Amino acid sequence: MDGMRARVLVVDDDPALAEMLTIVLRGEGFDTAVVRDGSKALDAFREVHPDLVLLDLMLPGMSGLDVCKEIRAESGIPIIMLTAKTDTVDVVLGLESGADDYVMKPFKPKELTARIRARLRRADVGSAERLRVADVEVDVPGHQVTRDGEPISLTPLEFDLLVALARKPRQVFTREVLLEQVWGYRHAADTRLVNVHVQRLRSKIEKDPEHPEVVVTVRGVGYRAGTS
Amino acid sequence: MTQGPAPGHPAAAAISTPDPAEPSTGLGARIRLTADRARSRIVFWSRSLLIRVVALTLSLSTLVMLTLGLILQQQITNGLLQSKIDAATAEIDSARLTVQNSLSGADSDPSSLREQLRVALTEIGRVDGSSGAQGSTAGVFEPVIVPSRVGSEADLAVTQPTGDIPAELRARVGQGQIAYQYTTIIRDGQSIPALVMGAPARTSTDSFEVYLIFPLAGELGTVQVVQRTLLVGGIALVVALTLISALVASQVVRPVRRAAASARKLAAGDLAERMPVTGPIELTTLANSFNGMAEAIRVQIRQLEEFGKLQRRFTSDVSHELRTPLTTVRMAADVLHAGREDFPAHLSRATELLVDELDRFESLLGDLLEISRYDAGMAELSAEPIDIRSSINTSIAAATQLAGQFGVQIVTTIPEHPVVAEIDTRRVDRILRNLIYNAIDHADGKPIELELAADEEVLAITVTDHGVGLRPGEAGLVFNRFWRADPSRQRQTGGTGLGLAISLEDARLHGGWLQASGAPGEGARFRLTLPRTRSGLITQSPLPLRIGADRPAIGAGSAVAVDDRVMPLEGVRMMVEDGTLKPAPSDDDLHPASVPEAGATATLSSTDQVPTRPGGSSGAQQPAASDGAAVSSATGGSTGSAP
Repeated sequence: MDGMRARVLVVDDDPALAEMLTIVLRGEGFDTAVVRDGSKALDAFREVHPDLVLLDLMLPGMSGLDVCKEIRAESGIPIIMLTAKTDTVDVVLGLESGADDYVMKPFKPKELTARIRARLRRADVGSAERLRVADVEVDVPGHQVTRDGEPISLTPLEFDLLVALARKPRQVFTREVLLEQVWGYRHAADTRLVNVHVQRLRSKIEKDPEHPEVVVTVRGVGYRAGTS
Repeated sequence: MTQGPAPGHPAAAAISTPDPAEPSTGLGARIRLTADRARSRIVFWSRSLLIRVVALTLSLSTLVMLTLGLILQQQITNGLLQSKIDAATAEIDSARLTVQNSLSGADSDPSSLREQLRVALTEIGRVDGSSGAQGSTAGVFEPVIVPSRVGSEADLAVTQPTGDIPAELRARVGQGQIAYQYTTIIRDGQSIPALVMGAPARTSTDSFEVYLIFPLAGELGTVQVVQRTLLVGGIALVVALTLISALVASQVVRPVRRAAASARKLAAGDLAERMPVTGPIELTTLANSFNGMAEAIRVQIRQLEEFGKLQRRFTSDVSHELRTPLTTVRMAADVLHAGREDFPAHLSRATELLVDELDRFESLLGDLLEISRYDAGMAELSAEPIDIRSSINTSIAAATQLAGQFGVQIVTTIPEHPVVAEIDTRRVDRILRNLIYNAIDHADGKPIELELAADEEVLAITVTDHGVGLRPGEAGLVFNRFWRADPSRQRQTGGTGLGLAISLEDARLHGGWLQASGAPGEGARFRLTLPRTRSGLITQSPLPLRIGADRPAIGAGSAVAVDDRVMPLEGVRMMVEDGTLKPAPSDDDLHPASVPEAGATATLSSTDQVPTRPGGSSGAQQPAASDGAAVSSATGGSTGSAP
């Protein structure tokens, strides 16, 4: 972001909203590209190389969930869903298909840009910091996670989540604290974000996600890093 | 004032009272239990069609076989005896003739008479010339000849079984009749039945009585064989009949059981379950009717599901279709708002109004969609164990700005230890936010209080303000949609008028209570009571609903009720909950002077806890969800909570 304007790919079928998003994002110093059709989203993604995708869940051509899954299959870049649905199932489905965060319509421009900035802000890179959780090695500056030398591929968000937990291995993090540290929410937000992403993270780094050893649940409180 | 019981204590007191009585009634209860069990077992058996049919067949066929056996035996015996009598009659005739022939002209000299008698007896025994008395058509018999002359009998030295002849028969023969009689004779030490036939025989000089004794040993044997045959045959027949009836009954019962199994599966939700249409007409009719019913149910349910789906789709579509343009408008308005300094004054003000009203519009839309989701029965509870204190902190943090704006202080009383409960944080946060906003809105700048307390099963949060309070009857209205205490008074915090209605639904979804109470000039208190586990039931709330009521002291036990009863009632004029209107109790109803009895205590506690519905008392008896819990709390609560 330093010097360079971050590029945001807007995937939304509503022309008025897409244009309004462009106006607001440009005003906030982002480059934007707009694609209206879900089926063209992936091509646009490959062409534009955005730093972040703003994705409407209800799209013609291909559903936002499928677009989300396909982008996620190729890249770990931040995806923020725009959703008009408040039903638990819809939000959780969106998060499970790979979105990092979501913004509920109608949203305020400031709210949206805050979310985008939070996702574009990289975790502070310590100097040659290496962390260890259970049998998992985390190379913070190198953005690498390994178990027994085998690299594990994590999205930046999952990486940030793991680093946040691993940096204070004895501390139990409430969902609210994680929302603030990892997602950048200053006020209360949807704790389902934490739940879903912990599940996703576990599915990648745990030997047995049913009996997690790296990210441990502390009943009624939150999560903490597993003991090494 | 109202007193919620100390966690656990009143319950313990209530249980400990009946406890000592338990051991003494234990045995009686056990016997009663056993008797009940036996009775229920009998009832079960007698209600089984198969058992009933078999038992009925068994008893009826036994009865029939017994009757039939008795009749048959009678018939056979009669037939045997009749033929015996017929043969005996012929025999006695010839014996008479023999006697008349052999003894005619017998002189009165005893010794010659004796000789003649002996000859006659031999003659009679040889009627058909064969070996003595054996082999005649009447079978074996023993002849006896008795002279009729009185006293002459003793002169006869002929040994014959005169003693076996019954006196009655002798009397009748003496009168000149041919007669017979059954008697019992003893031969070889065995007592056997016998037929004795007698006839008078007159010679020219003398008269005699001739008797023939027919032992019925053979007939007795025959009858015994017949009896045994009948018994064995009858038992075999009864057993066979029983087995057959069991088989037949099971033929009927099996399809009925199959129908029952099908019905069970259908009831369990397997709408595709059908009965096979096979077998006799009655059963195919049953199967067809059943299948028809199942199909009708399936169609109905599918239709309802379809309606539900449509409703869901509609809500979802409205949501999406409205929200997308609203987002654009919202963003446009914010862009304008951000640059309003460059506008002329009236445009700048217009922009401000636009943005403010958009806020209201948004929250209204959000609330409308939420409540329509509840109305459509689509609300889902995603509960997980969480420390409720974090929800409280979140909600207070969210309200801090508003509180500062209104100059309202928020005072909290929260336990130091975590209070973990299985709740849907999104909904509980929303309830708390709504309660806090509502309190701030009505606080008139005075501090509001938030208190959390919990026992093993239940947690309660009260939010209290000391503003204008609620007038009588208003506590029931506050949960109504778009209800406003004072229509002329504008909501200052921009509430939509749906917040409390939604909160009530949120609380209900948790199986919890949301209640309000208050008095004019004293303020209002809202109490949220939630079970700490998803399946938990609330019987008591750990916090009092009425303002000024102290929390029960730990260890106060049942004394609480006594103390409470004599405590003066102040100011509490209403209590209604569950968003439903109930006739507000008049001041007199609640005034301690008019309700000094213990019974009144219970009444008051029930007004405290029993949710009442419009339409009177019927609603309060519903055992469903929180209502049921509340009712039980009211009955059990007479010791625990009272004014």
